[in-house]
Amino acid sequence: MKANEYASSETAWCPGCGNFTILETLIEVLNNLDTPPDQIVLVGGIGQAAKANQYVSANGFSGLHGRALPAAVAIKIANDALTVIVNTGDGDSYGEGGNHFLHNIRRNVDITHFVHDNQIYGLTKGQPSPTSNACDLGHKTTSCNMSIPFNPLLIAIATGATFVARCFTGHTEHLAKIMAAAILHKGYALVDILQPCVSFNKLNTFAYYNKRVQELDASYDPTNKMAALEKSMEFGDVIPIGILYREQGMTYEDKHPQLFNGIPLIDKPHDMNSVKALISEYI
Amino acid sequence: MYNILLGGAAGDGIETMSALLEKTIKKSGSQLFTFRDFMSRVRGGHNFSQIRFGSEPVNAHRDNLNGIFAIDEETYAQHNHQLQDDGFILCDLSLTIKDDRCLKLPLRDIAKKLGNPKVLTSVAIGALLKLFSFPQEIAVEVFTANLRPDLLEINLLALKEGFEFVKPRFPNTKVTMSEHILLTGNTAIGLGALAADMKFYSAYPMSPSTTLLDFFSANSEKMNLAVEQAEDEIAAINMALGASYAGAPAMVGTSGGGFSLMVEALGFAGIAEIPVVMADIQRPGPATGFPTRTEQSDLKFVISAAQGEFPRMVIALRNHADCFFQTARAFALAKKYQIPVILLSDQYLADSATTVPIFDTKQLYHDPSDHKSLSETDESGLYRRYELTESGISPLKIPGKTKSFVRIDSDEHDEFGQITESAEVRIQMVNKRMAKLALLESELIEPDFWGDEQCRTLLVGFGSTDGAIKEAVSILNANGGHFGALLFGDIYPLPIQRLKHYGCQVTEIINIEQNATGQLAALIREKTLLSCHRSILKYDGRQLSVDTVLEEIQNLKGGRAQ
Repeated sequence: MKANEYASSETAWCPGCGNFTILETLIEVLNNLDTPPDQIVLVGGIGQAAKANQYVSANGFSGLHGRALPAAVAIKIANDALTVIVNTGDGDSYGEGGNHFLHNIRRNVDITHFVHDNQIYGLTKGQPSPTSNACDLGHKTTSCNMSIPFNPLLIAIATGATFVARCFTGHTEHLAKIMAAAILHKGYALVDILQPCVSFNKLNTFAYYNKRVQELDASYDPTNKMAALEKSMEFGDVIPIGILYREQGMTYEDKHPQLFNGIPLIDKPHDMNSVKALISEYI
Repeated sequence: MYNILLGGAAGDGIETMSALLEKTIKKSGSQLFTFRDFMSRVRGGHNFSQIRFGSEPVNAHRDNLNGIFAIDEETYAQHNHQLQDDGFILCDLSLTIKDDRCLKLPLRDIAKKLGNPKVLTSVAIGALLKLFSFPQEIAVEVFTANLRPDLLEINLLALKEGFEFVKPRFPNTKVTMSEHILLTGNTAIGLGALAADMKFYSAYPMSPSTTLLDFFSANSEKMNLAVEQAEDEIAAINMALGASYAGAPAMVGTSGGGFSLMVEALGFAGIAEIPVVMADIQRPGPATGFPTRTEQSDLKFVISAAQGEFPRMVIALRNHADCFFQTARAFALAKKYQIPVILLSDQYLADSATTVPIFDTKQLYHDPSDHKSLSETDESGLYRRYELTESGISPLKIPGKTKSFVRIDSDEHDEFGQITESAEVRIQMVNKRMAKLALLESELIEPDFWGDEQCRTLLVGFGSTDGAIKEAVSILNANGGHFGALLFGDIYPLPIQRLKHYGCQVTEIINIEQNATGQLAALIREKTLLSCHRSILKYDGRQLSVDTVLEEIQNLKGGRAQ
């Protein structure tokens, strides 16, 4: 497929926002895929991150806050010829949409989930998100977590996710490589992308992340689940980035062979005779 | 027309017994209507099934009974006042019921002798069939077709023993009827959805809608359906909207509590113009209410649910044929107008079973207008998902099936589906969406009129009270009354032609509803300025019968019903 079919338009983000890097990298990754834009559906919820699909020349589904995942999996189920990618934030994915996050890991439909994780609520101006750092009770701020911070990677691996990764917008080549791998993965793929919120997160800044992130090297075995669980709990002076866990598990599609037999659900013909036969069973 | 009641505790096998008996009665050439009353528990309590049957079509239940089959004393205590003087109470010898009408048989001993106490209900089926002069052979066929092979022989023996133990008491004329089917309201909704080519159903189990989920799950492989049990109702509706956007006709089913969780997404369907069918199988609320009982109290809720203003349609299902045909029509209208269409049913209709002429798929809704031109565009030029058109209906394309990008948005958006905050575009889009109502209103189905064209009293009702109100009107008019009734199926937008016609002619309008506040009367007043003079409102979780309507009208009229 010819490159550079995907393009972006003017955005509503703050100058310096990490979302720009994610958007640019996403477009680069999409341009390197064999899939044309009319076969891609970008799904978002609500929030600054969720606006990403507004800025890419492809199909777009901008749904409700927290509800991107249920819509995305159903789009894929309805037409499995489509490539379905969710871009949305940490509040949307892990707060409002927490229940869908858990259960769509279990469903394991072949979609990709990029969480633009800036550890804060940006669009509503600075409230703590589920992934905000825990409050230092001596120096409380309005944007720290009085509750225990949510660890999406640990939860994902424990719940049975088959592709779990973390990236940082400061490492763009690494980000591109992992985004591409996530899209190609069969089944639900989660990439939690650390990004600075330049307007509201004064703690988890670009420099903060840049100092701490360490790319997993070749010695790390992402197929070792116990090691992955341990690795997913590292988030402090060192923040590991890369594919923490990967396996090829049974997907939703694998478990429903009659629905995914090469003919997308929406193209399966309507057979009124079988409806009539079913009605006749009630004679 | 005969009327019998089968009662016992949850777990006693009343439901299985009722199903076998219904099938046998139907196959023997009678029409029937059964309603089920059960408690929200798996064991114990008091459940019953009431079967009304005869040679005429029957669409409602009545209170007077010809016979009761009582597994326990509780059944007798709760229902003996309904039993006619010449009626019977079929029960086991061991029951301590003292009533001349008792027909005590050694049901338990026979079952025990055969080797399985549970076949007591088959002994009773045998006795009941004989009492009503039905032949045994058809029951043998029904048992053979419906029972597990290893349980068949013992049940057939039980049936035979019961049959031989009694003498016929009620004459029965077999009529030849055209081909009929026997099904529940929810099964009919399910078949209607399949006839409309529904491809995606998502739901979270909730009484009394769960049998829909069960129906679709059971038929998913055979009918190529995606059926997803969602983690909650919010997921269910958002899944349906995703599937519909991608081109799969989609439906959700729930009851009021689940519908409450779906409300934000209902508005999303409205602003994003995504076709979806939502079945609200009502039960008494608020909150958990009465989980297994019936009410019509969600009407005002579903017509106004969700913030903001957008077009929607609500169809109240009146009977089993409606469940089939109107469900299929709901899919067609949802797609044509790109709106959410809500089906209002209730526990009574959902769980009651009746005989209806076999559904003729040739009678399914066909769009009277040629709206194809509205939804077809060429591939040249940029696709505008929300193109401003005169009808308000924009061309609907399926992502992946066109080179164009299909973009939808829960935010206010421009013609291309891009977020906008333009005041001018906002007004255009609101006007465009609301314009669809004008076309929809032109094809609404007016309420069914039943009764005396020169009526002096007009009864109004909607949904599942249809059968009881119509039968009551026929009885009142046969006794010299001048009653008419309007029974609403399409209820929002409210069709008003017949209301205006009859409403201006009569001296009195009485609304009959299964709710406490007269929600239909309020809607009629809002849309037509016609006031209902009196109300018959029932909100005890039990469906009004033909007799309830008759009694309440007598009461309203001071004992004088004309």
